[in-house]
Amino acid sequence: MLEVIIAIFILLSLVVYALMGGADFGGGMWDLLAFGPRAKRQREVIAEAIAPIWEANHVWLILVVVLLFTGFPRGFAAMMTALNIPMTAMLLGIVLRGSTFIFRKYDVKDDSVQRRWSTVFGVASFFPPFFQGVTLGALATGRIRVEQGRVLTGFMAGWLTPFALACGVFALGLFAFLAATYLTVDSKDEPLLQDDFRLRSLWSGLALAPIALVVFLTSKQGAPQMFHGLTRWWAPVLLSWTSVFAAVALVALWLRRFTVARLAAIGQVTLILVGWGLAQYPNLVTPDVTVSNAAAPQFTLRLLVIALGFGAMLLLPSLAYLFYIFKGQERG
Amino acid sequence: MNDFLFARSQMAMSLAFHIVFAALGMGMPLLMAIAEGMYLRTKQPVYLNLCRRWAKGAAILFAVGAVSGTVLSFELGLLWPNFMEHAGAVIGMPFSLEGFAFFAEAIFLGVYLYGWDRVGPLIHWLSGALVAVSGIFSGIFVVTANAWMNSPAGFKMVEGKILDVDPIAAMLNPASFHEVLHMTLAAFVATGFLVAAVHAFFLLRDRNNLFHRAALGIALVVACVCTPLQILSGDLSARAVARLQPAKLAAMEAHYRTEAGAPLLVGGIPNDTALTTDYALRLPRGLSFLITHDPNARVVGLEEFPRDQWPNIRIVHWSFDIMVASGTVMFVLTVCVSSLWLKHRRLPDKTWLLRGLAAAGPLGFLAIETGWVVTEMGRQPWIIYGVMRTHEAVTPMRGLVVPFVTFTVVYIFLAVAVAFLLRRQFLQTASAVPDQPAGAADA
Repeated sequence: MLEVIIAIFILLSLVVYALMGGADFGGGMWDLLAFGPRAKRQREVIAEAIAPIWEANHVWLILVVVLLFTGFPRGFAAMMTALNIPMTAMLLGIVLRGSTFIFRKYDVKDDSVQRRWSTVFGVASFFPPFFQGVTLGALATGRIRVEQGRVLTGFMAGWLTPFALACGVFALGLFAFLAATYLTVDSKDEPLLQDDFRLRSLWSGLALAPIALVVFLTSKQGAPQMFHGLTRWWAPVLLSWTSVFAAVALVALWLRRFTVARLAAIGQVTLILVGWGLAQYPNLVTPDVTVSNAAAPQFTLRLLVIALGFGAMLLLPSLAYLFYIFKGQERG
Repeated sequence: MNDFLFARSQMAMSLAFHIVFAALGMGMPLLMAIAEGMYLRTKQPVYLNLCRRWAKGAAILFAVGAVSGTVLSFELGLLWPNFMEHAGAVIGMPFSLEGFAFFAEAIFLGVYLYGWDRVGPLIHWLSGALVAVSGIFSGIFVVTANAWMNSPAGFKMVEGKILDVDPIAAMLNPASFHEVLHMTLAAFVATGFLVAAVHAFFLLRDRNNLFHRAALGIALVVACVCTPLQILSGDLSARAVARLQPAKLAAMEAHYRTEAGAPLLVGGIPNDTALTTDYALRLPRGLSFLITHDPNARVVGLEEFPRDQWPNIRIVHWSFDIMVASGTVMFVLTVCVSSLWLKHRRLPDKTWLLRGLAAAGPLGFLAIETGWVVTEMGRQPWIIYGVMRTHEAVTPMRGLVVPFVTFTVVYIFLAVAVAFLLRRQFLQTASAVPDQPAGAADA
């Protein structure tokens, strides 16, 4: 029971990480892809939107990791062994993205060094989402086999399959869409700029449909247990709600109802990850490592749940305050 | 080198890099909170200006600290999966709590760095203070986990399985208190001396610059309060290590033979075959006195331990001596600074003292780095002292030379970039009008 509570906390942290941190990576992608007469202004708005919150958003990932290794130490060890290569690539992206973002912000403006920081920042922003998607995909493939805590299938299993790679591309598209949608709200004082982000949001939102289809089709071969999970009773409900949110987001973008679009995009991403979590349950690494067989002793789990309760009481109001200050107030 | 050595090297390099930013992440918020507090009390713009300048530099250090800390949390699993598999349930707790502390730090850092015009002055100061407090808590929790590796508690190991797990007992292990105390003070000492050095350097050129005098004053207060305490905490740590990890203590002191009235050996070349330390400075009965406060006490030497449980004596001994020497120099400087203040109520303005402070800037960090070498290399060959050997914990992954080289290159690049950016900021500071209105410099 306790292990399920911890697993739910991990899933929730992943959802919030995708909604917050994922959008920050998406912002980095749009920074690299900025073009047109307002390219410079696009980059500035992205930087302003990300700057005060990206470190706090990043901590959700740390939370996922520490909950994983405290609550499910065997699962963590297996994941980190089998997926050593994509994880390392993701870390490189995280290091370079974060540091070049801050270097650029505090360096002298508008010289060639500045532009170079900007390029590294943009390129590095593509790494973490892609490899995070690949990792989540790989865990579901069933290709990673673990026996008595030993990974039997080496370091290439799972993550190089078409399904896992498609998951990586899907994560890229999803975060790009999310970021562009948020940015339409962040740029509300500049209609032309807002239009730039609106178009980006529409295009990336539309592009998600064929990628999602590829993920779904490859899952039959590539992640049979997960595919099977998606045929359970709750799946049609969840899938249709996800589609509804996606449609609402696109229509709202088309009609320039940007706050509605943002809410719908949040709903869409949340349901996608919750759906993934439900289809993956009870496996951590399909099929050998599960929530129950990888769990830490009860005493540890109980303490962890208590700590999470207290942590949430202290941190959630603080986090709400941070967002209220930088996202809630009218600028002026 | 084999994969095991590359794994150890990558971990060592990642820690050595991160600890600099982590220590500054604990120390800088304290300095900034003092400066901003002085501004709120005195309303002198120079303090606000100072605080905003420091905050700009600190923003860079925090970001690099955050991402290099993330790397470490993953590397625990990427390099030492077997360690985490066994230790996760026992010692994951302080890491989780550290996660919360880091969360609070990141949240209030956002408010602090970007909220100058969005929140009231008192709330702003409070956010800074919360960054400082949560930074200290993160340090405490992480060091607790390290203390457990040195002095494991809160579980039973039966046939390779960890049983009777008690994470609270693990956190309150016998090494926690002295390790936490020593590292927290070290962060303040090192930050204080580094910041003092930068401003002493500029004061050498312009003795009456109000901005740099205010900065030097705040940095020296922190350094002068914490350095003497650190000497005491060092004594406490050494005596605890003698009790908990006698092999590590013997390696620190290059003490091969068990003897009563053992001399203290400074420097020298430890010789593992002859069991002697050649060319060392010998202080008769010094070691016995320091460890037990009794000059005739018997101190256990390395000969009591099987060879395969010896750490690398030379590295541990020399690192220990470098740490102690750095600490001693810093202590002498704080005595000079404090007596100048107590007698004449003056900040250092003599050229020799300012030069000394400017030159001593890196010593705190030298002491931190060598101190961690003592802790970590001195624990070898164990990853969990007496329970699990480091080579049992390493990942089966091959080709670890690749991530090692990659991360080394990236970290060197980051170190150069950070140095370059901070230097540029310092030079801007140097050319700034001493007491210009606050905020104008950021425009």
